[in-house]
Amino acid sequence: MTPVADLNPPPLLKVAHLCKFFGRHMGCHDISFEVCPGEVIGVVGESGSGKSTLLNCIAGRIRPSNGSVWFRTPDGMEDLCRCDEARMRRIIRTRTGYVTQHASQGLKMHISAGGNIGEKLMAAGTRHYGKIREAALMWLDKVEIDPGRIDDLPSTFSGGMQQRLQIAANLVTAPEILLMDEPTSGLDVSVQARLIDVLRKLVFSLNLSMILVTHDLAVARLLCHRLYVMKQGEIVESGLSDQILDDPRKPYTQLLVSSVLKP
Amino acid sequence: MYVAVKGGEKAVKHSQRLVTKKRRGDTRVPEISPDQIKHQLGLGLDRVMAEGSLYDETAAAKAIQQAQGDLTEAVFLVRAFRTTLKRFGTSRPVDTTEMTAFRRVSGIYKDIPGGQILGPTYDYTHRLIETGPAPDENGTGPDQPMPSLPDKLPRVMDLLIKQGLISDAPSALSPEPGRETEEDLTRQPLTFPVSRTLRLQALARGDEGFLLGSAYSLQRGFGLDRHPFLGELKVGVATVCFTPPELGFEIRIGRIRLTECVMVSRQDDAHGRAAGFDTGYGLVFGQNERKAMSMSLLDRSLSDTDKNADADTDKAAYPAQDPEFILSHCDSVESSGFVQHLKLPHYVDFQSELVFIRSRGNDQAPTKGEDG
Amino acid sequence: MTVSYNFAYLDEQSKKMIRRAILKALAIPGFQVPFGGREMPLPYGWGTGGIQLTASVIGPDDQLKVIDQGSDDTVNAISIKHFFQKTAGIAITEDTETATLIQTRHRIPETPLKKGQILVFQVPIPEPLQFIEPKRPQTLKMHGYEEYGSMHVKLYEDIARFGRIATAFDYPVRVHHRYLMSPSPIPKYDNPKLHRSPAVLLFGAGREKRIYAIPPYTDVVSLDFEDYPFELEHWEGACAVCGSTQSFLDEIITDDNGTRVLICSDTEFCRKNAGSSQP
Repeated sequence: MTPVADLNPPPLLKVAHLCKFFGRHMGCHDISFEVCPGEVIGVVGESGSGKSTLLNCIAGRIRPSNGSVWFRTPDGMEDLCRCDEARMRRIIRTRTGYVTQHASQGLKMHISAGGNIGEKLMAAGTRHYGKIREAALMWLDKVEIDPGRIDDLPSTFSGGMQQRLQIAANLVTAPEILLMDEPTSGLDVSVQARLIDVLRKLVFSLNLSMILVTHDLAVARLLCHRLYVMKQGEIVESGLSDQILDDPRKPYTQLLVSSVLKP
Repeated sequence: MYVAVKGGEKAVKHSQRLVTKKRRGDTRVPEISPDQIKHQLGLGLDRVMAEGSLYDETAAAKAIQQAQGDLTEAVFLVRAFRTTLKRFGTSRPVDTTEMTAFRRVSGIYKDIPGGQILGPTYDYTHRLIETGPAPDENGTGPDQPMPSLPDKLPRVMDLLIKQGLISDAPSALSPEPGRETEEDLTRQPLTFPVSRTLRLQALARGDEGFLLGSAYSLQRGFGLDRHPFLGELKVGVATVCFTPPELGFEIRIGRIRLTECVMVSRQDDAHGRAAGFDTGYGLVFGQNERKAMSMSLLDRSLSDTDKNADADTDKAAYPAQDPEFILSHCDSVESSGFVQHLKLPHYVDFQSELVFIRSRGNDQAPTKGEDG
Repeated sequence: MTVSYNFAYLDEQSKKMIRRAILKALAIPGFQVPFGGREMPLPYGWGTGGIQLTASVIGPDDQLKVIDQGSDDTVNAISIKHFFQKTAGIAITEDTETATLIQTRHRIPETPLKKGQILVFQVPIPEPLQFIEPKRPQTLKMHGYEEYGSMHVKLYEDIARFGRIATAFDYPVRVHHRYLMSPSPIPKYDNPKLHRSPAVLLFGAGREKRIYAIPPYTDVVSLDFEDYPFELEHWEGACAVCGSTQSFLDEIITDDNGTRVLICSDTEFCRKNAGSSQP
């Protein structure tokens, strides 16, 4: 994918010197980067390299030990780490979506597809059944799920459909940044391809930003504009996706790209 | 037809008369006395005092008699009596090293200072229902001299602490400093996260069966990944001391039977903690070893989840590791009441459901002759 | 062992503690105030929360009415009345109009309540979100941050499946446009009676040790959708005893063939109504 053309747009998200310790164990250390509108960032590395910890800090699911996570809001740039929990939850709810690796964690499996999509709308105050229904049908269509299945339970969906449903349920309130934790792992290659295709269309049509945590470099190459390579909680190399994957500089990245390391 | 909802008053009176009659049973059989219960059904008495969280043998004995031997019902009677009692102060915490122990065993050291005392236990009896005369009428009558009992025994726990083997030593036996008296489960609701003081209080008066089953689930791998050990189990009599404000000096106000238990299990070094043994603690009124042991296993497993609270997910993997699951459901008076309240009429709620079902088109009158 | 009990069973200190909790509950309508619930001589699930509230606010001059499922004469209502007669020696009445204090399980009397009256509800599960999220720390946050979307999802699911909201009793309400609250398992038929009621409405959950309240004249709104508004159940027919069509009706099966008749659930209302329509 080609990088977005907009020159120097203000960032939606700014991570600065972010650290997270679990006791003496370091989750991630001194992480800084920015995400601009329409930009897709990939965070790659072995399992245990701290990429999910980083994503969870950005998503407000873990309190960072140090550093800042600035979000652009109508009130200006606000730091998640410096505001109270009510404010933090509000920012996270309105600015971000979060797609988990296992759909069962991101979806309510005992609630219909329509209910899952409608939940965020209802949480935001929509009290008109017909409008909720309409939005759910439109989003099912956007993620290429047969709208006729609106009242079916997600447990009757295939793995790929569940992930697409998760994306629809997250995007229905039009957040600016979609956070994704290994959304494609556990899916067959052909199913992966369809998911990636849907994501690319959404990024393009909605000018959506994404942070994608993945150990799959092929997925990262297809989706991401820029990549950050993490090792033991720190960023070891960053740059444009093609540049990192075709011409890695750091020995660790070279090992990762040549698949000597099992990601 | 209006009678269907009327007549409650009469029915209740009848029922109360019937239960009084049923309780007394066949009048040709002599009535038992609370004293007999106190002296001959002592372990049942202990259970009622422990779960009733009131050390009052007479009240417990009367409750057992009044409840026809239904111990959960007796616990309930004791609890309802207990709430009405005045509090005149807080005793000094009992020092269990100064208990007169009539039973003390350790599963980890063969020789412990003070020695092991087998004492009265069913552990090594053959569970055969005895026929013939009751055992204490022959053989070992009360005339036989009893061996003298030690009235001071070091705690096995303290020995382990001295050797630096306890990884959670500071909080191992005593509650958080300054919180000994401020928290009282019978005066405040249980809220989460819960302090150790309240956790131990809830467990100490929790239902023995629930605690036992939960502890057992831990041992079966639903929460423990290795074998726990019995550090020490001690049953004895302790003196309760109290300083009345108007006197200004300490007086002894009574002696109570207690069962104390410490469980230990290995804790490997991780997250900045040295390897050692984690402990769990149990203390129960009367002689109730099963309960004290279950309590200490649960104390340990529930404290583990506190330590993991900062991890990615705050969910406990197994029920017996989840403080809310165990502590909210271990009280027999609460659980027995709520389960059994289903016996109360729910006509109105059921009616509302009926109206809904009917509105769904299931309003067919009973049809005849489906089979012919 | 001799035992003597205080007026209305509870000691004065416990009553004071409960009254403080009530005041807090009235100050934050619909918010569940934890309190140090006492063991009562009646079992949990039998109305211990309600009994503690009644015991804490009752005085020697009160006229107490106790109903269960609308009836003054069901076994549990009788047992609670006996309890207060025994421990407080107060006057018992069946008359909704003259009662100063009414303890109820699962109904609100049909006769409209007045200023100065207190209605005490027995509550089994005070948390309206309990079956959506059983974890108390989670539900506390959901209330704190007004995150009630999941409650509406349940209603959405009902409409998607049944074409209408299927909750028939314990129908959730928003109190004073803020807290989501369980009205206790009253039929939804009774929900509108909560709205701007001139009486003080107190809710007690003994086992869960929580108290909540609705002060007089407070807005109480049943959850719904703009295009699927809250609606009441209605019956084809009238009460077989008093002929009322303006009350909640119970079905009574009168023979082995399943023949049904409808009768007022509120026995006192029914008796009065029957008296006035057949002079």
